[in-house]
Amino acid sequence: MPSRRQFLAGLAVTAGLPVRGWADIGGPAYLAAAREPSGTFALFGLDSAGRDLFRIALPDRGHAAAAHPVAPEAVAFARRPGRFALVIDCLDGRLAHRLDAPAGRHFYGHGAFLHGGEILATSESDFESGAGRIGLWSRSRNYARIGEIASGGIGPHDIRAWSDEVLVVANGGIRTHPDSGRAKLNLATMQPNLSYVTLSGEVLDQVQLPPDLRQNSIRHLAIAPDGQVAFAMQWEGEPGAATPLLGLHRRGAAPVLAAADLAEQLAMQGYAGSIAFAADGSTVGITSPRGGRLHLFDRDGGFTAAFRRADICGLAAGPAGFVATDGLGGVLQGTAAALAPLRTAERAWDNHLVAIAG
Amino acid sequence: MRLFLAATLYLAAAPAIAGIAEVIDSHALPGTATFAEAAGALDRAASRDCTAESLRPAYHDAFDAWLGIAHLSLGPLEEQGRGLAIGFWPDARGLVGRTVAGLVADQDPVVADPTGFAEVSVAGRGLFALERLLYDAAYAGYGADSYSCRLARAIAADLARMAHEVDTAWRTEFAETLQSAGAEGNSRFLSAREADQALYTALASGLAFVAQQRLGRPMGSFDAPKPQVAEARRAGRSLRNVILSLEALHELARALSDQPIPETDAAFAQALETAEALDDPVLAGVANPTGRIRVEALQTQVAAIARAAAAEIAPALGVSVGFNSADGD
Repeated sequence: MPSRRQFLAGLAVTAGLPVRGWADIGGPAYLAAAREPSGTFALFGLDSAGRDLFRIALPDRGHAAAAHPVAPEAVAFARRPGRFALVIDCLDGRLAHRLDAPAGRHFYGHGAFLHGGEILATSESDFESGAGRIGLWSRSRNYARIGEIASGGIGPHDIRAWSDEVLVVANGGIRTHPDSGRAKLNLATMQPNLSYVTLSGEVLDQVQLPPDLRQNSIRHLAIAPDGQVAFAMQWEGEPGAATPLLGLHRRGAAPVLAAADLAEQLAMQGYAGSIAFAADGSTVGITSPRGGRLHLFDRDGGFTAAFRRADICGLAAGPAGFVATDGLGGVLQGTAAALAPLRTAERAWDNHLVAIAG
Repeated sequence: MRLFLAATLYLAAAPAIAGIAEVIDSHALPGTATFAEAAGALDRAASRDCTAESLRPAYHDAFDAWLGIAHLSLGPLEEQGRGLAIGFWPDARGLVGRTVAGLVADQDPVVADPTGFAEVSVAGRGLFALERLLYDAAYAGYGADSYSCRLARAIAADLARMAHEVDTAWRTEFAETLQSAGAEGNSRFLSAREADQALYTALASGLAFVAQQRLGRPMGSFDAPKPQVAEARRAGRSLRNVILSLEALHELARALSDQPIPETDAAFAQALETAEALDDPVLAGVANPTGRIRVEALQTQVAAIARAAAAEIAPALGVSVGFNSADGD
């Protein structure tokens, strides 16, 4: 089997093009969608200090993006329930491809590249049956849809490449239907899970929470360099329950659920919006825009720090600890000691800050 | 809603016209001073006589004063969990009852140690823990030499300490942090608009708290009303809390806006008129259809205040509700 690099070099040769990489556009560290003061929406490429490297207009409010691991290519997803995703060539800002959800499917807003960037996986819903699906698209075939697999649950939201062959899926458990927008149709019976699935659709591992946490929707994911998975949750039960919003999992072991002290946990308002590991995997952070909080934990689930920032949500590993974004335009650096502004921009950063590999 | 958000953001580039100084001078600092004074009086009353009958008047005064600032969740009240330690409500898991019962059952000696007591769970401190002792049948008639009496005294002293800290921190630090928004070295508020945004968020969240929690929780659903979870029902002050909160939020709204806010004023007046006419101190009416309709009407009017403020105050300040916190995904 060829290595990832050989494989990609092969692709480029096939296409008769020089290999283009993220370095060709200044080596952005992050992608983030935002709303601008004029009311327009755009996708920005940022360097590790939070400075703009490029701006690409988007037709509507974005949610998350998936960055190709090598080529300067981003897939921008609309807010759920979205019917399309846009593949953007970040070199020239051109719309390279438009992915339309097949009949009976809608996107949930996240995607991940596997097989060295050849396959794009997208979280989707078969909205008549409610079953979660993962759509598979071939980059070398102009992002043609090449298949789909079961997600292992209902309402898959974030998905990440756990390895080149295995996806880890946050099946949030919440059923929606495009006819009713973002209304949650099954809160009384929801059962989220964390699933590890192969591209052939085999479920290798699955984690469910205890029955009293059935309404804790598993929504967002982060993976440490050694394969430890962290998941962020959103509580759909009675407000004020102060349930854990962070889970840590190693395959084959029971998940560890983590919470801050009672007052800080209540301050999160049952809602974690983004999650990330620090680059070395030693620390994991979750944000709550509702509570205006960044909470940090060690990798065993020990609560280590809480920082406040209104409407904070986007979170990714940074040169030192974490980089976070907020709805007031702030780009911030979070370390064990402080959450401090790096810069502000006249725009409202959207939910997620997406780290670009390499 | 989407349209509204787009419209407010369009105006966001306008310079912030700050009612910040006005909020500090005519709302926040008088409010924290009144609360510190009332909590201090409660503490002194408890030192003299910690039995329930004796403490109740000072307890109500302190609770009244708390409602003048409870919505100021930014700043000193969000430090060290103070806001929850003073007012632990809503209490979805029934922690207050269990924590107080646990302290009493164990005769926990922590009541003799103010520093140690400050570390007790937030559910075992503050106005709601004290409400149990003063009003719950389980502790009725506790004597002057009882553990419950000493616990009441410890809670009162802890409240006075926190109220004093909140007042001092507002006066000596946080007022300046708000006023120097956007200045170099102010890492809390990176622009004047961020300070306005934080104060507007306190107003909007305060109104949502009245509608969804203080009124919404006891309303429950039509088939399953929950009058037993009304705020401070043991002390008989659920409706009073609604009224005093609305009055405080009205004061904040008027201070925050630099312009007349006739629609917001009218919406507050309407809701307060309805609330005062309810004549249902613990919102027990939610259990029957007629009473429920009246509480629901009040809830609708509180929601109307929030809409009026969003239309009248937010655009002038160049702020809106949170981009991400209101999105939810």
